[in-house]
Amino acid sequence: MMPLWLVVVAPVAIAVLIAGAGSRPVRFTRWLAAAGPVLALWAGMERLLAGHGESAASTAGSLSAEWLVTAVGPLGIGLAADALASVMLVVVGVVATMVVVFSTGYMADDPAQPRYFALISAFSAAMTGLVLSTSLLGLFVFWELVGACSYLLIGFWFTRPSAARAAVKAFLVTRVGDVGLLFALAVLWSQTGTVSIEGALAAAAGLGTGLATTVALLLFLGAVGKSAQFPLHIWLPDAMEGPTPVSALIHAATMVAAGVFLVARMWPVFEASPTAQLVVLVIGCITALGAAIAAVPQTDIKRVLAYSTISQLGFMFAALGSGAWIAAIFHLTTHAAFKALLFLASGSVIHGSGTQDLREMGGLGRVMPVTTATWVIGVAALAGLPPLAGFFSKDGVLDAVWVHAPAAGVVLFIASALTAFYSFRATRLAFGGTWRGQGHAHESPLSMTAPLVVLATLAAALGAATWWFAEALGGHGHLALPIAIASSVVAAGGAALGWSAYGAGPATDDALAARLGALWGSARSGFGVDAAVVAFAGAAERASAAASSVLDGTVVDGVVHGVVKVARWAGRELNSLQSGEGQLYAALVGAGAVLLASLALWLGR
Amino acid sequence: MTLAGLIVVPLAGALLTALVGRRVPLARAVALVSALGTAGLAAAAWSEYAQTGERMAFDIPMIGAGAFFRLAADGLALPLVALTAVLGVMAVLTGWNAERAGGHLALLLGLEAAVMGVFLAADLVLFYVAWEAVLIPMFFLIGGWGHENRRYAAMKFFIYTFAGSALMLVGLVLLILWSGGTAIVDTPGALAGSEHLVFWLLAAGFLVKVPVVPLHTWLPDAHVEAPTAGSIMLAGVLLKMGGYGMMRLCAPYTPGAMADAAWVLAVLGVAGIVYGAVMALGQSDLKRLVAYSSVAHMGFVVLGISAGSELGYQGAMLGMVSHGLVAGLLFFLVGALYDRAHTREMAAFGGLGRTMPRWATVFVFASLASLGLPGLSGFPGEFAAVVSSFGTFGWPIVVAGVGVVLAGAYTLRAVRAVVHGEPAGSAGIEGVDAHGATHDLAGSAHGPAWPDLDLREYLVAVPLVVLIVALGLWPRLVTDIASATLQALAFLSGTVS
Repeated sequence: MMPLWLVVVAPVAIAVLIAGAGSRPVRFTRWLAAAGPVLALWAGMERLLAGHGESAASTAGSLSAEWLVTAVGPLGIGLAADALASVMLVVVGVVATMVVVFSTGYMADDPAQPRYFALISAFSAAMTGLVLSTSLLGLFVFWELVGACSYLLIGFWFTRPSAARAAVKAFLVTRVGDVGLLFALAVLWSQTGTVSIEGALAAAAGLGTGLATTVALLLFLGAVGKSAQFPLHIWLPDAMEGPTPVSALIHAATMVAAGVFLVARMWPVFEASPTAQLVVLVIGCITALGAAIAAVPQTDIKRVLAYSTISQLGFMFAALGSGAWIAAIFHLTTHAAFKALLFLASGSVIHGSGTQDLREMGGLGRVMPVTTATWVIGVAALAGLPPLAGFFSKDGVLDAVWVHAPAAGVVLFIASALTAFYSFRATRLAFGGTWRGQGHAHESPLSMTAPLVVLATLAAALGAATWWFAEALGGHGHLALPIAIASSVVAAGGAALGWSAYGAGPATDDALAARLGALWGSARSGFGVDAAVVAFAGAAERASAAASSVLDGTVVDGVVHGVVKVARWAGRELNSLQSGEGQLYAALVGAGAVLLASLALWLGR
Repeated sequence: MTLAGLIVVPLAGALLTALVGRRVPLARAVALVSALGTAGLAAAAWSEYAQTGERMAFDIPMIGAGAFFRLAADGLALPLVALTAVLGVMAVLTGWNAERAGGHLALLLGLEAAVMGVFLAADLVLFYVAWEAVLIPMFFLIGGWGHENRRYAAMKFFIYTFAGSALMLVGLVLLILWSGGTAIVDTPGALAGSEHLVFWLLAAGFLVKVPVVPLHTWLPDAHVEAPTAGSIMLAGVLLKMGGYGMMRLCAPYTPGAMADAAWVLAVLGVAGIVYGAVMALGQSDLKRLVAYSSVAHMGFVVLGISAGSELGYQGAMLGMVSHGLVAGLLFFLVGALYDRAHTREMAAFGGLGRTMPRWATVFVFASLASLGLPGLSGFPGEFAAVVSSFGTFGWPIVVAGVGVVLAGAYTLRAVRAVVHGEPAGSAGIEGVDAHGATHDLAGSAHGPAWPDLDLREYLVAVPLVVLIVALGLWPRLVTDIASATLQALAFLSGTVS
């Protein structure tokens, strides 16, 4: 078995190597960035194949250490791979490998390639560490580190003010959630005296409903930040300022799914709290529907995909809130394949057409055949059309939610219809019709199209793994036929509507905007949530700037200066001590020392 | 002997450096050798204690006076001694090119000797003398090598700490009277007088030094006006004297009063965390921003101490060592920038990631460490402080979470202003790349051409970077050596969890 520490440590060493070697050999060293992901894929696959049909942890190659030691007990960290972690290793491994290969083409002309590939390698180390962690403390460490890599990669083109701003926003908004995770750790430590996940889960049942709800909601706050759920979703659309392969890896397939992973990992805590489950379900549904609506009027191809990602993560949380964590993880897996595919395909489109504005595209189907074919497989999977992967995983989600809470099921069906609609709107605008942009669009090189083909294959075929997947995680896979039929009809209807309505090109946007009025503009700006939060943050920053001069400058120092004035006055009155504070000071030090020394003499008689 | 050497070597180095001060290269060499020698002694003391686990002691019987020059080192002192020794070398390297270098370096070494005295003193009289002796070189460093407003800052620094020390002096006198001796012992008996009175008098001196809000306004002024090497020592080492004093004297001598005051300390800690962060967010001067971030970081130290548990003390110790390294590095970087640009206004910079990539890389690293990123040294201390104080005080500690978010805000705001964006004063040569995205295509620097970090500056930065990573990954580097002493303290405090 591949030792798990190697999966985490090797890509860190490689990152240092790539960064240290610099620009000259980067044509070669950049390929090393794929080593970490390949190791992760290998480690995950061999464990899944060996432990097929079991959910028990495979402890081979695991590692544990005591990070801090107290008389109460150790605060441990460690790495181990159970079935859930192995699935995540495979997801991270496949997507990251494809992204590295794609990036060798996409980033080929960028002067800062060493920094880029080093950060990608560092990210894959942190992400594998996150999924392998056996303690919540270790998970938190890696949780923050993937966030830091995300920050540095969103701000990769840091001379662009918009990229710098987006990077800070992503870090800070997710950090609000991270504080929740930090205090979940604090509660667990103070109540159970352990930070190990196993220990926490074992203690979950004995925590009592109130405390379990508290811990679950704190954990969920972390998940809401990382996985861009309402109302902390606002950082993700802006995160598209990063290079597109980064969006595919971090902001579609892996890091943003970490919240879903966290809830699944800590499932017994949520199971002990119906309240927390309800909150997860409601937030998931609000996000799934709201983001699906917001995706419709976007004109930037990456922003369509960003809102789509937020929405699909909402689907996963809805499944979690309905108690179906295996369905959520399966949707996470297929989503990783088809959304990474879509982002990389959009990268290919941006690379080949020179724009990311859907209104300036059109007719790319003829000049970019491979990109087009793979994109269409991706959107069909996203829309949930049979027999693609998304159809099977979404069926699992819809079935669980429908059985658990029909009202939530209805919300998700509407979101599904909208998903199909915006997917095929974007498809028609980009690939259908005639070229509306400037210059000549062209197909991308093999380094970029090959990963598309691999991911498209997975997006098409992963559905066949439905049953195997569920059993590997300790559940039972099945296809809920009535739901499957209903969702296929809804998806096909949405897709057909989206495709046909946009036969007229971008003009349809104007027509819809005219008919829908304020709703269109409001949806386009994400319903003003973003503007409200940003306005609030801006006001807070201005207030603190004002406060710093008033509080420290006037209030606190005012008191100090007052005291000094009194002291000066006293000094003048006590004429003998006015010769200057330096001497006064020295004299007093001397006097004090003499006083103490005499005391010592007296005491030491 | 090692312990005496830790004070004597830098002190002798200071005198020698001052004597040969006119011959600058020689003065530099003497200063560097003494600083390195002190670091070697610190390493020796560390390894000896790590092997034996026994409190190290050194006495000179003074004629007729019992023992006055009494030294000791244990798990509480050694991490701070080591920190002082490391930063002492960095300060000498930082002050290398100062005007009147001989005097500058001599004062830095004198400062180092005095601080060593505070951490190693096993006698209350020596403790007080060393405590006050620290102020003298610091006062002259600010007054003699400071910036525009140095007289005001030096005086403010003096008045604050004088007021604090005056109260502390009374507290020490009472402590000597009521504990029956001047020797500092690990497990003193009950005082013959009011514990509460002694505690608050001592705490007054310590808390000004930390500093806690609202006794902190000397700190930003002192930092902004101090020369870079002075700032490194001031933030890196001098502030630690406050936290050290709380744990060395208050915790064992006045445990009951300290337990009663725990909630006050927690309030002061959380107030420092939030207030320091809010103030830092409002700054336009980069050095002032780092200074206020020190207030926030030391708030975590006070919070850890307030918890009164082993984990809390570990958090305080980790926080102090980490802050010494991180703030030291940040002040060094800001100073390196000031040497080139002669301004610290963040608005004057921008795009340094393009024009000074090595400086920018280290600055981003230090900023991430400062905001408490796990894997770097700031995190273990903050984590232990928050978790342990939550165990003691419960939900009110959530307020500190606001400070955690704000720490990200003020640090990354500084990174965005200084490192990101177009190079300041550049023509903004923009191009459209293959991806349709406009960004700066010209790889070369335009705008003011400041040189990037040189070899001497690397020698300061790289060891600090290495230590920040090492401590972040494996905090037991510090807590293993400290744990026996801290456990005993926590036992005295009556809470073990």
